[in-house]
This record gives sequence, C-alpha cells and structure tokens, in this order.
Amino acid sequence: MTAVAKVYRWELVKLLVQKRTYLGLGAAMVVPVIFVVVLQIQSGGPNDVPLGRYIRDSGIVTPLVVLLFMSIWGFPLITALVAGDIVASESHNATLKTILTRSRERGQVFAGKALAAFTYTLVVVVAMGVVGVVAGSIAWGFHSFTSLSGTPVSAERGLGLMFASLGIYVLPLAGIAAFGLLLSTITRNSAASVVGTLMFALFMQLVGVLPGTESIRPYLLGTQFDAWHGFLRTPADWAPVVRSIWVSAIYLSVPLAAAYLVFLRRDVAGD
Amino acid sequence: MSEAPPVSARGLVKRYGEIVAVGGVDLTVEHGDVFGYLGPNGAGKTTSLRMLLGLIRPTAGSAELFGRDPMLEGAKALDGVAGFVEGPRFYPYLSGRRNLRLLSDYDEPSSSARIEEVLELVELRDRAKDRVGGYSHGMRQRLGIAASLLRAPRLLLLDEPTTGLDPAGMRDMRGLVRRLAGEGITILLSSHLLNEVEDLCNRVAIIRQGGIVYEGALGDLLATATTGYRLRSREPERARTICLNQAGIGNVAVEGDQLRFSADEDAVAALSIALGQARVPITQLVAEAASLEELFLGLTGGESSDHDRQAVAS
Repeated sequence: MTAVAKVYRWELVKLLVQKRTYLGLGAAMVVPVIFVVVLQIQSGGPNDVPLGRYIRDSGIVTPLVVLLFMSIWGFPLITALVAGDIVASESHNATLKTILTRSRERGQVFAGKALAAFTYTLVVVVAMGVVGVVAGSIAWGFHSFTSLSGTPVSAERGLGLMFASLGIYVLPLAGIAAFGLLLSTITRNSAASVVGTLMFALFMQLVGVLPGTESIRPYLLGTQFDAWHGFLRTPADWAPVVRSIWVSAIYLSVPLAAAYLVFLRRDVAGD
Repeated sequence: MSEAPPVSARGLVKRYGEIVAVGGVDLTVEHGDVFGYLGPNGAGKTTSLRMLLGLIRPTAGSAELFGRDPMLEGAKALDGVAGFVEGPRFYPYLSGRRNLRLLSDYDEPSSSARIEEVLELVELRDRAKDRVGGYSHGMRQRLGIAASLLRAPRLLLLDEPTTGLDPAGMRDMRGLVRRLAGEGITILLSSHLLNEVEDLCNRVAIIRQGGIVYEGALGDLLATATTGYRLRSREPERARTICLNQAGIGNVAVEGDQLRFSADEDAVAALSIALGQARVPITQLVAEAASLEELFLGLTGGESSDHDRQAVAS
C-alpha cells in the first residue's frame, strides 16, 4: 500500500468512529424518507420543480427531486461538517504534530485527508440516492417515468441516468468540500470552517438569483447543481454537463491547491 | 551509524512579528549524550524543539538531525528520530493500541510489529484497548514514550516528559529514560526541573530569553560553581594564621567555629599539606559548590518559573 493510501485508510477509520460523520450521513438518508412519507400523507406535490409533477410515477424520481431541495444548504452543510473539520480537528486535538513527526510527508497527509473528504461527499450523495429510490419505490413502485423532454424513460435506463445525475451532482459539492478543506487548514477551527463553508455555498446560491448576474450565472458553483438536468433530456443535453465538469474543476482545484500549499508551509505550533 | 551529530542547530531564530521566541540558538548533541535542555518557561525550549523536528519554519538558521535538515528533506530527515513536543497528543476517540497502529502505518517501514513490545515496556498493555480520552496524564505521557519507541529511534527528543506526573510517575519516567540511554539511544530532554537534569544528563544547554547562555558538560558547569571552601579545625586560630600566610588563599573569614576562604584546587592542596606539617588537626575541609539550581538562577537572571519556585520552596 502506498503512503497516501495508508493515510487515506486511517482518515476513513477516524471518520467511521466520529459522531459527526453519522450526523451528516444519517441526515442524507433520512431526508428522502421524510420526503416520501410527507407526500404519502399529503395529496399535493412539488409541481413547480423539474420532475416534481412525476414524483409519484416512479421511485427513481424521488432522489432526483430531493437533489434539488438539498442543493441549497442540505448537502453543502453535510459536506462542510466533514471537510471543514478534517484538518481543524487535528489542530483541536493537537495531533498534527503527532502525525507530522513520523515518516509521512505533509503532502501525503494532506492528500489522504482530501481524498477522505471527497469520499465522504460521494458516499452521502449516493446513500441519499439509494435510500430515495428504495423509499420511493416502496411508495410508488419501480416504473418508467417521463423525462424533462416529455418522453418516456424505462425504469432500467432511468436508474442509470439517476446514478449518472448523482455523479455529476457530486462535482460542485466537491468544490464546496475543497473550500471547506481550505478553511479547515487556515482557521484551525472546526466550527468556523463549517459555518464559513456553508456561508460560501449560500453566497454562491445568492449571487445566482440576484438580478444582473445572468451573464455569469452559468459559471457560478450553485448553477452546477442543476447540470444533471442534461441527462434527463432526450436527446441528452451535454452542454451543462460538460460545463459543470470544468467549472466545478476550477472551484475545486483553486481552494484545494491553496490549502495544499498552506498545509505544506504552515507552522505547527500548538497543534 | 552516521558521523554527523544527532542534533546540530546553527543560529536558529524564530520571530513572530516583533516577538523573538528564539534568538539564535546553537546546539550540538553528540552520539550517546543525554542532553539536558534547561530553561525557564517561555525561554524558547519548545519552539526550538519544534524547529528541530521541522514542525515550524525557522526565521533564520538551520537545524540538522544526523546531518539532515527537515526543512529541506521533509520527513526523511526524521529517520531514526522520534519524540514529542509540549506533551504527547493522541486521538482521544481511538484506543491506545489503535493510536499506535495508526502511527505505525505512518512509519516507514511500518513499525506495527513492535506495538505490543512497547506497550509492555511502558506498562500500558492492560489499558491498551481503552480510549485515550479516558487516560490519565501519566498514561498519556507513557503512551507518548511508547509511540516514540515504536520507531526504534537513535535520537529521542522529549519535551518535559515528567511534567505533571506524580512522584512515582516521575521516578518511573526517569528510570525509563535512564534505561533507554543505557541502550545507547541519544536523548535530548528539555526540562525546567533541575534535579531531573542533574540526575539524568551528562551535558546541558541553558536557554534564557531565546538564547543559549551555557552549553557544555554538566560536570564542567558544576565545577565552575565552586565558590569557596570551608575549613573546620580543632585549632581554629592557628589554622587561620596559616591560611593568611599561605599563597593562593584569599578572603579568609571566620564564621562561628569555621573558616571560609576562596582558593583554587592547587592552593587548597598545598594548604592541606601546610596544615598537616604544622600539626593543625583538620576535621573538615569542604568545597562549597553552588547547586545547579543557583547556577541556573544566576545564568537565567533569576527568571525561575512557578514550578521552580515550588521546587525551591519544597
């Protein structure tokens, strides 16, 4: 096993024994269940959101509709909970000096931590998707549904598209995770990093709804949370998907590179 | 074994804005030393140790461990080096054993084969499955030693390893340090407890306000501390007369039933012969040495820490 893989493995172990990990993961899994239960009790539905009016057609639609509701602050908060904490918690426990006086280089330690934070982001989104499909299918069955272009989509193909959608949705979320890592590295304070990351995500959403921002809107992080709509059109619209890939890559790489450089050079005093 | 000394620091400086934490420290720790790094709290001991380990970047100067600079070579410069600064810290939510497992995976090559051995050595095997969050201070200190020994180090840096331990814990920790030194491990031990340094170390450096005020053998330091001699005789008057007429004997004073004077060793030797030849019976001839405590207070301008004051008081 390489050095980074060993660090990564232990970062996952540390996540697995901490409560906040399950707080976020649990929330991601409970939200679609609550969503399904509420819709089962009420007769109305989220008719004004994409795919909202087809929510009762098939369980596959459930996670896609939940994605929209959780992109405002749900997933950013869950992401921030772990990414904002992953370096700051070492400062809090003053364990950074413990692990940085062994044989691993700072870059390897950082890489392991960043990978663990991104893994968590991916896991919570996929967990929401799986629970959403299962809960939705129990309520409404596992059927074909209507795409955003109004054409029918078979259940099997729909499931594939749903997972592709989750995959592209993770990219802007990884950008938020990278921002959380940066704050976590700079502030050395978990709470400040979590709150700061959430504020950043909300700010990105806010800029997108302000009048006069139409021209930059396609390049805002918040907009990329809708890129998956491209998969649900017939034929598939690749433009938002491709744009999300490179726009998210920028939002991810800039704070990640900054965090890396800070982590390499910073003084470990008192942490 | 490498020819380069285990620790070699040249002109180490650390400034935080206007504040000079360390202002030009030179240190050399040779193979096999148990090196005491003494200074009042806040003198810059921990900051210099952090620079040695590559945890903080020196503003100026350089530090090398076995000839390798951690600022240039990163973690590779820590090959054969282990220790802790400002007390060992671990993940409180993991057990002692799991913390060591984690750290062994951070070592190259992996040191996992030694985990049980080092736990046994610091007598933590019974509690190794418990979360570190529930450990006492002394247990954490011992786990810190265990974590360091995992790396089978040739150089051990220990920052005030006995601070906060009860007397039995202190005794055990010192016993362990002595035993490790006996196995040939070079040890750099920072402390503000003078009796500890006197007890364990062969060489010392004393740091004051970020600068080294003494570096050398402990014996030499104590030898410079001879302030004078005390003589007790059955015939004090005759003894005094001989002292006054003896070359190299000065500042002769009578204090109660004894004489005090200043002299070097040769003069004292000659005096003892002169007294013998004159058949003046000597009952006591004692060199009055300042204690390390007094030397330390002298060198550090009396900036004794609270701890030291307590030590003086007790």
